[in-house]
Amino acid sequence: MSTSRLDVTAIKRQFPLLQRELNGAPLVYLDSANTSQKPQVVIDAMTTFMEHSYAPINRSAYQLAAEATDAFEGARTKVRKFINARRDHEVVFTKNATESLNLVAYSWGRAHLRAGDVVVLTQMEHHANIVPWHMLVQEKGIELRWVPLTAEGELDLTTLPQLLDGAKAFSFTAMSNVLGTITPVEQLCRAAHDAGAIAIVDGCQYVPHNVTDVQAWGADLLAFSSHKLCGPSGIGVLWGREALLDEMPPFLGGGNMIADVRFDGFTTAELPAKFEAGTPPITEAVGLGAAIDFLSGLGMANIRQHEIDVAQYAISTLTERFGDDITLHGSRNVEVRGATFSFAFRDIHPHDLSQVLDQRNVCVRAGHHCAKPLMRLLGVNATARASFYLYNDTDDVDVLADALDGATDIFGF
Amino acid sequence: MPGLEDLYREIILDHHRNPRNRGELPPPASHAVGHNPLCGDEIDVYLEVSDGVISDVKVGGQGCSISQSSASMMSQAVKGKPVEEVRALVRRFKGMMSIPDDDGNPIEPDPAVKLGDLEALQGVVKFPVRIKCATLAWNTLLQALDQD
Repeated sequence: MSTSRLDVTAIKRQFPLLQRELNGAPLVYLDSANTSQKPQVVIDAMTTFMEHSYAPINRSAYQLAAEATDAFEGARTKVRKFINARRDHEVVFTKNATESLNLVAYSWGRAHLRAGDVVVLTQMEHHANIVPWHMLVQEKGIELRWVPLTAEGELDLTTLPQLLDGAKAFSFTAMSNVLGTITPVEQLCRAAHDAGAIAIVDGCQYVPHNVTDVQAWGADLLAFSSHKLCGPSGIGVLWGREALLDEMPPFLGGGNMIADVRFDGFTTAELPAKFEAGTPPITEAVGLGAAIDFLSGLGMANIRQHEIDVAQYAISTLTERFGDDITLHGSRNVEVRGATFSFAFRDIHPHDLSQVLDQRNVCVRAGHHCAKPLMRLLGVNATARASFYLYNDTDDVDVLADALDGATDIFGF
Repeated sequence: MPGLEDLYREIILDHHRNPRNRGELPPPASHAVGHNPLCGDEIDVYLEVSDGVISDVKVGGQGCSISQSSASMMSQAVKGKPVEEVRALVRRFKGMMSIPDDDGNPIEPDPAVKLGDLEALQGVVKFPVRIKCATLAWNTLLQALDQD
């Protein structure tokens, strides 16, 4: 079965790694929530840049350096349009989404939070949106509150106003990396603002798969990474409202982030340089820009619709074939979830399951997915997770299901 | 790629389905918890040592077939053994798992130390990501011994 929104066969051909065969059979890559594969256009853009235009940015007068600076800043403009931000300089390049969230907690958190101040998180956050705040609990004595989940794995918003009462920040994921749940970002941003809190969005799982519009959301800050959206690893994004970024103190100190340095002190550069100390990931920015062009060319709305189709097929196929032997965590409603599925299968430990699936070249993640508090809530210490992207189709669901059948043979449950 | 039959030997699956020495021991038995941060597995090892001999051992926690069967076989192998012999066994087992000693040198197998059923875990070295699963219980055992 093929879906109408995307020509997955043609898309797959553009990913060299997906052409690779292991032990005489094709790869079925179902770990894109972890990291995504790279299309030829991204590889070529980075190679061409390094062969042709690579030079330092923002600090040399020669023509080559100007060319490199243009390429780097061009990528920033692409990111700005991709998330519908107002200004290029609201887009800060970081190492990854984890660094983006740490930047927020370190810079904004240390400047604005005192003992007893409240930060609200949800119970389905990734460690990257938990640990930086725990560090402020230890350092400053702030209080963390947690938005609970419903039995379906969606946010339970019935107590949200009370949880947000007096809070200074509400930091939440737009899509869970474990449950696949998509949260009502616009509503959550509004609730945060009604309570006088800022709204920080972890868009790591959401941005690669959906249309992102930070202005429509009314968000204050957004973190996401390049490597999950077909771009290279080593670069991430922090977007922030200009006024908020302006009032935040710098994060890392060093070159590029200063306007002036004297023996008795320093003054910071303007945005975005203020938050970009040292030589940034230049080639990676060019790759990220190419990835955004690639995804935009296909259309984020089309990608989302394709993943809704695949998610629907996965839910019906896996439940029809395996019934009670499979537990799919998260919602069955594809309107509020992405195509990321954590599951338990016939009491087979996820680690064993992923080992057996690997025999069929099916790549799934097994583990706690950097969300241990959520794992404890689900009453498991690990799950297997299959996550689908634009280069996966319903055939991949069938291969997964066939491979799961094979697991039963070995463990004989 | 090595075949799964090298990994999931029948004796391993047997220990996985019917783990030996499951449970807890009350204080003053020593108790250590081991974590595999990669996959979230946890293993509890409870030890009772009297006159330099491991008089009782219990294993708790959750994990995959490799970590659970390794823990189960370990509990059988160390029960009733003098601590010094157990330390030599841990060293021999880690050597089989291709884990170097504290100085980074390969551990030569000591022919005086018999592995018995534990040899069934030899196939794990062909699956490097699973070595941590197999050694989790053994590292936790060392922690519990050091507490004693």
